[in-house]
Amino acid sequence: MIYEASTLAVIVFFAFVGLTLGISFFLGRKAKSSQGYFAAHGQIPWFVNGVAFAGDYLSAASFLGICGMIAFRGYDGFLYSIGFLAGWIVALFIVAEPMKRLGKFTFADALDAKFQSRGIKLAAGVSTLAVSIFYLIPQMVGAGALVTPLLGFPHWAGVLLVGVTVITIVVTAGMVSTTWVQFLKGSLLVIFAAILTVMILNRGFEVAQGGADGHVLQTLGPFSEQELAGAVEKAGYQLLPATGGWKDHPFVRLKNKSGQISVWSIETLEAADGEAAAADGEAAAATSDVSIRLHEAQTVTKTEDGQELINGRPKGNQKGEAKLHPVGHISRLPDGQQKTGPLGPATFFSTLQESEVVLWNNETISEADGSTTTVYYQKPTPGSQVLRPGEDKRFKGIRSKEPLDKLNFISLMLALFCGTASLPHILIRYYTVKDEASARKSTIVGIAAIGFFYVLTLYLGLGAMTSGAMDLTNSNMAAPLLARSMGEWLFAIISAIAFTTVLGTVSGLILASAGAVAHDLLASGFGVQLTDHEEVRVAKLASIIVGALAIALGILFEGFNVGYLVGWAFSVAASANLPSLVMILFWKGVTRQGVIAAVVVGMVSSLAWILLSADTFDKVYGISNATGLVPFSQPGIVTIPLGFLTLIVVSLLTKKNEPAAT
Amino acid sequence: MEKRNAAIGLVLFCVYLVLYGGFVFLNAFSAETMELTPLWGINLAILYGFGLILAALVLALLYGYLCRGETNRTNGSTASDNDAAREARP
Repeated sequence: MIYEASTLAVIVFFAFVGLTLGISFFLGRKAKSSQGYFAAHGQIPWFVNGVAFAGDYLSAASFLGICGMIAFRGYDGFLYSIGFLAGWIVALFIVAEPMKRLGKFTFADALDAKFQSRGIKLAAGVSTLAVSIFYLIPQMVGAGALVTPLLGFPHWAGVLLVGVTVITIVVTAGMVSTTWVQFLKGSLLVIFAAILTVMILNRGFEVAQGGADGHVLQTLGPFSEQELAGAVEKAGYQLLPATGGWKDHPFVRLKNKSGQISVWSIETLEAADGEAAAADGEAAAATSDVSIRLHEAQTVTKTEDGQELINGRPKGNQKGEAKLHPVGHISRLPDGQQKTGPLGPATFFSTLQESEVVLWNNETISEADGSTTTVYYQKPTPGSQVLRPGEDKRFKGIRSKEPLDKLNFISLMLALFCGTASLPHILIRYYTVKDEASARKSTIVGIAAIGFFYVLTLYLGLGAMTSGAMDLTNSNMAAPLLARSMGEWLFAIISAIAFTTVLGTVSGLILASAGAVAHDLLASGFGVQLTDHEEVRVAKLASIIVGALAIALGILFEGFNVGYLVGWAFSVAASANLPSLVMILFWKGVTRQGVIAAVVVGMVSSLAWILLSADTFDKVYGISNATGLVPFSQPGIVTIPLGFLTLIVVSLLTKKNEPAAT
Repeated sequence: MEKRNAAIGLVLFCVYLVLYGGFVFLNAFSAETMELTPLWGINLAILYGFGLILAALVLALLYGYLCRGETNRTNGSTASDNDAAREARP
């Protein structure tokens, strides 16, 4: 789609970002020591810290990724919501209080509390860096997705804008201002998500024939397959032969009188009773009676010389140019209704369950002249399917008979469950409160705010799905576009909040990485003697470097659903950090070498698994149909137990050498 | 008190683990069950999902309630106190 900036949106947006920066500068002046810079002097009130947890955690992935996934595929995105929240149970019941008791500034501090070992500091510092950078990618991609519709900037400009702003925040401020920014953003996000949900319920559902731009999606037929050429001629089109890449795809290309080529998907209608018998064997006789219907599709063609064509015409707003129509409509409501009027929180689901929604699939076709065409075609889907798990191909394990697919699904759900309590930017938030009771209370506040928000994601996602405003080429844009379908003001506010969401999470992550570099790697790991002020200065320098890296990766990963990317970060975090974190608390036999080995093995194995998976081959390296070198894509179910096993085995082997550790 | 909190935490964690595990395994091995609509015309996938979120909050509040006695004891401890405590460990 093509986006034009709206003045109102831009003003509200910059006011918001300006306010955020202002708070940062104001509060940042006070944080000069390392205790202030990394841990806000341990003086943040528990309630504020709890909401800041929500601010840290409800990142671009939650807001943009999950809403987008639900808007395009239905229930499946909500599985992420459930897994992300479940992780907090591990954080609260197992990790929160010991973390606070053992550590000072960083997660490595807590791991190392018993051993005072450089090796542990180094390993934990490196794993913090790895997880933070993995987690940074989706945030930056999300930033680009937000700025595109809002300011009319290209993706890379959005990523750059966020990167530079965040680096400014982190360098000038530190944990005090980051916390207050997170508090502000966490509260606003939850409040406005609730407002948006109320508006969705008030709007109810309405039957439509296309998206919000008023374009009615055309249908031709039904007619029998044999009559196809004649029937389309009657409608004013000429049927083009299915040559080259178009062979064996369920599409036809039609040329109208002015020479314009359009693509249509073929829907095969159910054969009548008498013909059903033919399906057994007499295929020749059967095909003549199969009745079909054509549905207008949308296409994006990339020609070899780099030009982009939309529905066969050059992309643009001028006459003779075209842009993709926004999509997302309901094709049938229960009892033949046309409009439901306001709905309740329960009737929203029960009505959708009985309706039919037009979802969109896509297929890419390569042609002989070197151009590739992505065809987006309609897929009318019963509401009962939209609301059941397992429709998205990333969750095919739920409906597949293949044991490996099922393992892949269980593996992801395990990584989400174990990942939260291992995320460095969440763990450092336990050092901003004064004691263990505050750590506990702020986690409970966090769970309440985050849980409430995740309930809303299902309404937001389904509301977006039926809003008629979705951009086929980018699922990350679903939530802001939904807001725009409600009004410019709301769009401006939601986009600004989402943008500060990214800012907040990214600054938390960069701060965690900077802490790892300055505190764990340099000062403790390599034994570089740094004064308090030098440690802060090194951390700021590290922030700039990590920030620049994040900008580059954010530009590189443009087309990914950000929720999916976050799943990977969780896998790495859970595999590298959780085994040591948990075992130190529950087993006296843990040794220094055991911890180092577990962190290194967990991190390396999960990273390697992801880099060798079929998903990565397909989406990152661009090798389609590769099977990958590992049996399934999600590493958690293998690498998390592997981390535990490594820790236990190495600890047992090295126990005798280190009597002091027992 | 540390030990008591950890024990309560562990029990509640196991309760949630059973609920969450049930959800994941039901999805993986009996997906059709998730399509049933036992209440208000809403399917089990949504009911169980919302239920898990609610259960997390209820268990968290319960934990906070059960651990409340400890609050006064550690009040006033600061980061430097924690450092001292840490260094006192073997």
